[in-house]
Parts: sequence; C-alpha cells; structure tokens
Amino acid sequence: MNSLFSTIRPENKPIAVASLFIMVILLIGTAYTLSVQGSAPLLSPNYLLQQLQTGSFLGIVAAGMMMVILLGHIDLSVPWTLTASAMMAASVGGDMALPTGIAVGLAVGLVNGLGIAYLRIPSMIFTLGVDSVLRGLMVAHTGGFAPQDQATPLMRFLAAERLLGIPVAIFVWAFVSVCVALILTRTSFGRSVYATGNREGAAFLSGIRTRMVIIGAFMVSGVCAAIAGVLLAGYSAKAYQGMGLPYLLPAIAAVVLGGTRILGGQGRYVGTLVGVVLIVLLNSVLSIMQMPEAGRQIIYGAVLIGMLLVYGRGARVAS
Amino acid sequence: MESFKNALAASIRQSRAFYGAVALLVIIYLVYNILHPHGFSSAVLVQNANEMAAIAFLAMAQTVPVLLGGLDLSVGAVMTLTSCIASELVHGSPATILFGMVMTLLSGTAFGLLNGIIVVYGRLQPIIVTLATGAIAIGLALFIRPKPGGEIDADLNWAVTNSLRDLVETYHLFNPDAGWFAPVAWIPVPLLALLAVAVLVWIPFRKSVTGRTVYAIGSAEGAAYMSGLPINRAKIAAFALAGFFAACGGLYLAIQTSSGNADVMQAGAYTLNSIAAVVLGGTSLLGGIGGAIASLVGACILRVISFYFRIVSIDPLLQPLIEGLVLLAAVSLGALRTLRVKNNLDLFR
Repeated sequence: MNSLFSTIRPENKPIAVASLFIMVILLIGTAYTLSVQGSAPLLSPNYLLQQLQTGSFLGIVAAGMMMVILLGHIDLSVPWTLTASAMMAASVGGDMALPTGIAVGLAVGLVNGLGIAYLRIPSMIFTLGVDSVLRGLMVAHTGGFAPQDQATPLMRFLAAERLLGIPVAIFVWAFVSVCVALILTRTSFGRSVYATGNREGAAFLSGIRTRMVIIGAFMVSGVCAAIAGVLLAGYSAKAYQGMGLPYLLPAIAAVVLGGTRILGGQGRYVGTLVGVVLIVLLNSVLSIMQMPEAGRQIIYGAVLIGMLLVYGRGARVAS
Repeated sequence: MESFKNALAASIRQSRAFYGAVALLVIIYLVYNILHPHGFSSAVLVQNANEMAAIAFLAMAQTVPVLLGGLDLSVGAVMTLTSCIASELVHGSPATILFGMVMTLLSGTAFGLLNGIIVVYGRLQPIIVTLATGAIAIGLALFIRPKPGGEIDADLNWAVTNSLRDLVETYHLFNPDAGWFAPVAWIPVPLLALLAVAVLVWIPFRKSVTGRTVYAIGSAEGAAYMSGLPINRAKIAAFALAGFFAACGGLYLAIQTSSGNADVMQAGAYTLNSIAAVVLGGTSLLGGIGGAIASLVGACILRVISFYFRIVSIDPLLQPLIEGLVLLAAVSLGALRTLRVKNNLDLFR
C-alpha cells in the first residue's frame, strides 16, 4: 500500500487522497443510514444526481476560481458577480437574459484584471473593492428590496430540468469543465497561466504577455461566476440578495483540496472536480446525519486541515 | 531640533503610505466635524470611538500575520467566538467579571497560538489554514451560543462605552469633578483602551527580537533564516498576538452589545474589512512594511467614511455604492507606486 502510494506522482497525490476520502464519506454515510433507517439512499443514483445538480453551481464557480488561484491570485468578487449576473439576467428577461448575465461576468472580470494587471493592486483587496461596488450597484438597482423578476424559461430549463434522466445543470457543469480543462492543458494561454503563476518575472522575460494572461484568467473567473449565478437564479426561480455568499469559501476550499497550490503555478483540473464532489458529499452526509450547524462547521474545518496535512507539507525554509 | 527634523524627514520618506493615511484621516475627520450640524463635541467623539473600536482591534489583529507575508482569515471568526465566550462569563461579582475577561482574552490567544502551530509545524499556507480554523471557530461559537443572547455586567457596559468621566463615576474611583481631572475627563474609554493595547502590547512586541523577526520574515524569509533569527517562534507569536487582538475586539464587542451573537455573515464582513483597513493604513500585503498603529489609522479612515452618510444627505440606496467606490479608489492609490518603478521587473515581486 505504502509503495503504491509513493509511486503516484506528487501532483496526483492530492487527487488520490481526496478520491479515497470520498469513498470513506460514502461508506460512513451509508453505514449511518443503514443502521438508523435501514436503507442506503446515498448509493442510489437518483440521490447522487440530485446532489451533483446542486453541486454543479459550486463546481462552476470553483472552475473559474481555479484559473485565478493558478496565477497566485484570488477572486473575492465572486459573491456579487454571481448575484449581479443573476439579477441583471432576470431583470432583462427574454432571449437576452443569458447573454446579459454573461456580459456582466465578462465586464467584472475585465475590471478586476485591469486593476490587478496594470495598477498592480493585490488581487485580495482589489476584488474585494469591486465586490462592494457591485453590491452597491445592485442595492441601487433593486431599491433594496428583493427583486420581483422571474427567471426565464431557458434559465429554468438549464438549472432545474432533466434531459435523458440527468439534470441539465450537470451537463452545463460538464461543458464548463471540458472547456476549462482544454484551456489549461491544450492552449498556449493555459500554459502561460501556469508559467505566470510560477514566477511572473520569468514568464514576462520569456515573452509571455503576463498582463493579458491575468486579465484573461479573471475574465474566465467572472464568466464562470456569471454562469453559476444565472443557473442558480433558474434553480430558485429568481435572483435574491446574498445568493452568492455561500459559494466563495467552499469554492476556494474545493480548489485547494484538489491539490492546486494556493500560491499558484501548480494543480490539475481533475483535482478541482474531485474537491467539489468531496465538499458536496460531505455536506449531504452531514445533513443526512442532521448535524447542527455548529458541528458541521467544525468538521468542515477539521477535514480541510486534516487533508492538507496528509497531502504533504510545504518545503522547509533552508536558504 | 535639527536632528529631530532629519529623523522625521527620513521617517516620512520610509513610510509615505503611513503618513499619507494619517493626513487623510485628519483631513476627513476635520471636515466631518466641520460639516456636523452640532460641531465637535465629546458625545460625538464617544459615539464615533465606540463604532471604531471593534474594527480597529481586528485591523491590528490582521496586521501581524500580514507583516509575515501571510493573511489571517480567521480574525473575524475568533472575534465572534470570544464575544460569545465573554457573553457567558463577564457578569457577576467583580472577581468573576475580571476572571471572565481574562479567560476571554486567553481563549482568543490560545486559538491564535493554535493557528500559528498548524502553520509552522504543518508547513501549510496561512491563508488556507486560517480559512479552515475560522470555520472551526464559528462552529465553536455556534456551539456556545446557538441563539444571540447572554449577559454582560451593566456597569461595565456603561463604563467602557462612555467617556473617562463616566468610568470614574460608575466605579466611584475618586471625585469625577476634581479640577485636575477635567482636561482628560472627556476622552472616550474605547479610544483609551485601543491606545493602551497598542502602547502596552504592540510597541514592546515590535521592539523585541521576535517582533523584528516578524518584519524580517516578511521582507525575506530565507535571509532571516540564514541570519539565525527565531523564525518558528516569531511566526507562532505573530498568530498568537493576532488571536489576542481579535479577542480584545470580541471582548469589546460583547461589552458594547451586552450580548454574544454567533453571526457567520458578521464574522466574514469583519475579516474582509480588517484586510481593507490594513491596506488603507499603508501596510503592504507582501509583508515586511507597516504596523499595527498604521492599521489603527486605516480602520478609523474606513469608519469615518461611513460617518459621512449621516450628515451628508445622500440617497440611502446609493450609500453602499459610494462606500464601495471610495474603498476602491482608496486602495487604488497604491497604484501610484507603479509610476515610481524604474524597472518593469520590479513590478513582479
């Protein structure tokens, strides 16, 4: 077992550990339901698909977040980018709803990218500022009330309907995943993201237009948040204040659990997928166990630290 | 006199951002008081100081890990946890009140210590460790106080959230109307508490070897290691100190509101605002430059901006937008640095 573990390449190790942990969660959850209710809902395909459907929103946000984290940056504007896209899409309505939502995401990503790439303001603080500006814009737009606009039928279809027995939202997540994975592994932009994340100065000297790379990555993150927002609005039939907040920290956690280095430059997209599934299943098992919020938060934090300790720790400072 | 002038000039050159922040604070606070319909008064100052105290403590807490080049995403959660602990303990006889306050501060420090130990011996990135421990702190807070409530000694609440004169009067320390006392009687207690913590805890820490090491690690960790500085001790101490400052904030918040509330949203908002305050004060997120006093100033700027909405008539619906734009503009001032850079490569540090 030990020799098998050591043959896995270092960047794949987190993915293997996280996959194992998913099995453990499923086993524990099933053992619990078998002993308490005498049934195993966790293993039924229908239940799992339902969980993945609600997990797809997190998955899409995490895909965009990963691009930014690979650069060594972070996007804290996700909550209100998501909300703003959803609100604008719902209030424009009709055929233009979807393009409007995505355009909002693109615009926010562009502003983020410009501020970070050209003004050289730390992403942590610039995206935070953009987030509060977006919040202000939306408060002014809605007048502080819950908006009355309904999601369009297309948004409802994408988020809540099923196609061939599988929720459409999972198809959307799969599509976004394939796009991001292809961008990261098959395009020069993807390679530039890794290079810039490893050492921006070196990437710049080797002719990569690192500013464009940063702007591009933030635009991907903005679009992903926008797609998640439009879907979430479709799922709950309308947009509402604070719909994006529960997605920020889990998205960062999912990316890091999947083995992406928080300082940038290293990580595989498969890992992020595994990380999202892990968080979604952990949440659903805890809610089956009717764990109160307090215990849930503690377990959540403990799992995150425990997994990171297992993944292997950073190098010791030696020079 | 001449040497003092030179020293001041050198100090200004070395920390432009800090003096810029001080100047900004002085200007906006003066303008605020000029525009205020009733002008400057002790009552206004007391109210302002009360609103600043919690975020100012948190900004000081955030500063120490930031100086290391790290970030502490758990400060808001630790503040929430300690305020819940305080709402359980800080009432009863004077002895139990004192015991409760000490326990509150100790528990926050212990939580920070735990953060530091995980960061150092787990060799993990602070930002992600504190993201996780922040969740644990919120969980513990919810465990202690599933619903908002609790009890804080009423005298303490009155004494700590008012001017010095009320403090003396509440506890019958001496005649509050004594002539020698009059010049300082108007000073708000929260302001004094902030300054006391800054002077008694932060400044000795900064001057110690451990404190200097925190700065050295933020500038160049490898060089600090090669110079034989106690790196591990400094990192653990930095996070423990952050926990202590956060606990001061939590204790103050509990006393101010006379209750504890395990509010997840509030914890997150405080954490993010603490980062903004640190940056506004002129501390570099890359580490090695800045200080807790600077963050104190940054936190005050952040709060004074929101005071303006009370006296200037702006559509309340536009307030969050203007607040956001001001914050964005203030942090964008940091971009002036790019104009001074002679070599493009210096931008990529």
